[in-house]
Amino acid sequence: MARFAMAIDTKKCVGCMDCVVACKNENSVPEGYNRDWIVTITEGKYPDVHLEIQSQRCNHCDNTPCVECCPTGASHVNDVGAVVLVDHDKCIGCKACLAACPYSARFINPEGYADKCTFCIHRVEKGEMPACVNVCPTHCMHFGDLDDPNSEINKLLASRKFHQLLPEAGTNPRIFYLT
Amino acid sequence: MNAISRRKFLKLTGYTIGAAAAASSLTPVIKGAKKINKEKVKGIQTIPTYCDICFWKCSAIAYLKDGELWKIEGHPNDPLSKGRLCPRGTGGIGAHFDPDRLRSPLIRTRERGEEKWKEVTWDEALSYIAKKMNKIKEQYGAESVASFSHGIGGNFLKHTLKAYGAINFGAPSFAQCRGPRDVGFELTVGDSIGSPERTDIENSKCLVLIGSHLGENMHNSQAQEFAKAIENDATIIVVDPRFSTAASKAKYYLPIKPGTDIALLLAWMNVIVSEKLYNIDYVTKYGFGFEQFAAEISSYTPEWAYPETGIDPDLIRKTARTMAMYKPATLVHPGRHTTWYGDDTQRSRAIALLNALLGSWGSKGGLFFPVSYSLPPYPYPAYPTSTKEKLDNPGKKYPFASEEITTGIREATITGKPYPIKSWIVYSTNLIFALPNIDETIKAIQNLDLLVVVDTIGSEIAGWADVVLPESVYLERHDDFNMSPFKQPFFSIRQPVVDPPGDQKPNWWIAKKLAEKLGLGNYFPWNDVEEYLDYRLKAGGLSLAKLKKEGVFVGEKKPIYIEEGVVPEFGTPSGKIEFYSPQLLQAGFDPVPKFTKVEEPPTGYFRLLYGRIPVHSFSRTQTNRILMDMYGENEVWVNQDIADKWGIKNDQYIKLKNQDGVISNKVKLKTTERIRPDCVYMIHGFGHTSKMLKGAYGKGASDSELITRYKTDPLMGGTGMNVNFVTFETEV
Repeated sequence: MARFAMAIDTKKCVGCMDCVVACKNENSVPEGYNRDWIVTITEGKYPDVHLEIQSQRCNHCDNTPCVECCPTGASHVNDVGAVVLVDHDKCIGCKACLAACPYSARFINPEGYADKCTFCIHRVEKGEMPACVNVCPTHCMHFGDLDDPNSEINKLLASRKFHQLLPEAGTNPRIFYLT
Repeated sequence: MNAISRRKFLKLTGYTIGAAAAASSLTPVIKGAKKINKEKVKGIQTIPTYCDICFWKCSAIAYLKDGELWKIEGHPNDPLSKGRLCPRGTGGIGAHFDPDRLRSPLIRTRERGEEKWKEVTWDEALSYIAKKMNKIKEQYGAESVASFSHGIGGNFLKHTLKAYGAINFGAPSFAQCRGPRDVGFELTVGDSIGSPERTDIENSKCLVLIGSHLGENMHNSQAQEFAKAIENDATIIVVDPRFSTAASKAKYYLPIKPGTDIALLLAWMNVIVSEKLYNIDYVTKYGFGFEQFAAEISSYTPEWAYPETGIDPDLIRKTARTMAMYKPATLVHPGRHTTWYGDDTQRSRAIALLNALLGSWGSKGGLFFPVSYSLPPYPYPAYPTSTKEKLDNPGKKYPFASEEITTGIREATITGKPYPIKSWIVYSTNLIFALPNIDETIKAIQNLDLLVVVDTIGSEIAGWADVVLPESVYLERHDDFNMSPFKQPFFSIRQPVVDPPGDQKPNWWIAKKLAEKLGLGNYFPWNDVEEYLDYRLKAGGLSLAKLKKEGVFVGEKKPIYIEEGVVPEFGTPSGKIEFYSPQLLQAGFDPVPKFTKVEEPPTGYFRLLYGRIPVHSFSRTQTNRILMDMYGENEVWVNQDIADKWGIKNDQYIKLKNQDGVISNKVKLKTTERIRPDCVYMIHGFGHTSKMLKGAYGKGASDSELITRYKTDPLMGGTGMNVNFVTFETEV
């Protein structure tokens, strides 16, 4: 079984939002909404400042409060890559998953269903990279399989320092920020 | 490009129609444009073209799904994009879908600037323009029609105007942007930096950025190479009053006091020369006047620079030694938008000299020698000759200007001297936002008999026009080839991907039809632009059909560094790198750059600085709904301590008032530790006032409006614009 994940190199990321734009086009995300976004964390006092720029999205967690709380089974873990997906036809737009997600990664699409990052599973199944990874001009994003010991992502996680978002939430998120 | 890689590329990008349709059903991202592709090909179709959202001209592949424009990606063979566009390029499809696009030719019905129009046919609009132009020619001479343009799209229109007899052409890219930089390098090494810049960022071991905010400024190749330099563990030194994104990647951040960069540059050179850390062989071989230069800078110690710049002398020494340690693979980036304080050519000259001391000019990891393709030009009839001289720079007032000065044309339009200017033909440049002091621009407009604006959107300058001509966006038109000089010779095609949604026309068509109306049809012997393109390609032994399919031709690699055998030539009077410049001395200027203090902000005021954000280009992308979804209004950055003192809070709206009492539109505060307390910063291009720009009207504030003062560079006429001060109006 594959377990897809992403490692994002914050040393190289400039926060240009190309990932956000590419996702919007690829997935026809409606105006006013985005499935990924940039967060800049500023620490320190001028001029001794430290920045971390994070390209954020659904963390495709190992433990999925969004799936567990779904009353209709619309939110589910995909067989391929353990990617967290929403079946639009089953979704009733009740927002339980929006409340359950510690990362605020979901929104209600104007068409009435819970919407979020799919890791571009439609591309990945064809052997392509997710749109955000594919477009990134700094090559700071790496996508791969955590269950494959030889994957680039496992090599990066073995050789670089990294952190995940809100590890205390107990979700075991699969977006890793290399620092 | 070899045969194998091309096959692989064709396979990868799915040139066969219908291959690999995407899985999910998709609705159009943005409402506003209707059916676009006549043929409505089922499935996925890919068409290569090159981008126009900024002027880097990256090659791209546009994707149509069932005949509708879907997305656009970088062209894998393109040396500029290397298969990846910047966010503006990726969001470029929003230009096609933009609901605020100009749709039909317009003629003014009320006073100029009231934006009251009647829609007319192309024939009416062009006849109107031709009639007025012929009258101006009769009364004042063809030289009294001036033109401003930005980008390759202006080429065909310029051709028409030159055929008509016009001689005054300006682009803000010189006197309002990169002019001082290019002249500074011309005076020093006899060559300019050009665009795309000749910076070998990816191979540099030490990268020095002075106010250059790579990563926020997303010129694609530079941003890509910047990330590569980070990956390579290059030592990055950033000098900026603002803690930029680039600063966050730097080993050394120098929080310089605005306007004192020359002092820092002189101190750096002082350390490198006095400690004999410079590239002695290089300087001996290529340098001229080094002894005089060395004597001149001997007093500019880091201790001398400290009270001016606020930079610790130890840090100045440490960074100078670091630069020297990595020479010649140390790149002191020349920047791009360099019109800051009016002494900008001398600052750029100091940057050129520092690169020369390190031996970076011509070296790998420094500033390379660009190479390019050339195709024979189309054999047009000769243009008429004029007895009058260009009027942007009368009497060579600015002796080293190497291109036309826009603000010089504006000045002549106001004064009518040395001869009157009666018409402006403006192509795709929003002069109201691009030139400093809007009142002067409007004053000049009052003297015109004809103001024509050709653009895709109703910019502020379009609002002042007599006739507005709607151009199709780059995804709907051909333009001339892109043959930018870069690391490898290449050229690329721009070609229509979709049809325009209204009565918009490509610039080549507008130029040709206008020429015909003016009785100059013989200057356009071709019927269709493809005939023109085909002629030029055939003359170069190449095929249009092939280029249309492949998008880019990449030539053989050629040497671009001294290390690879390039023998440098210096186009200076001495034929060498002029550390000391006799021609500057002769013209009455400092032969070695000197530091002079800039005016300080009055109490309670802050220096207004401006820059870019990755998702917008100038003031031309604020109605692109995809890009506006990324960043929909600008903010003003204010140091946290200053905000606390004023009792103003993050996200609160305020207004800015400048030293001349001009008050901005309301603008959101960004209180931050990322900027010095003596200046504020905003993204250029917001605060639109044209009613035609519904999606952008009134969003954020305009820095241009607040730039009422400018300081003209005496060497080349560039307008230094970082000389304005603002205070806060907290009641909005």
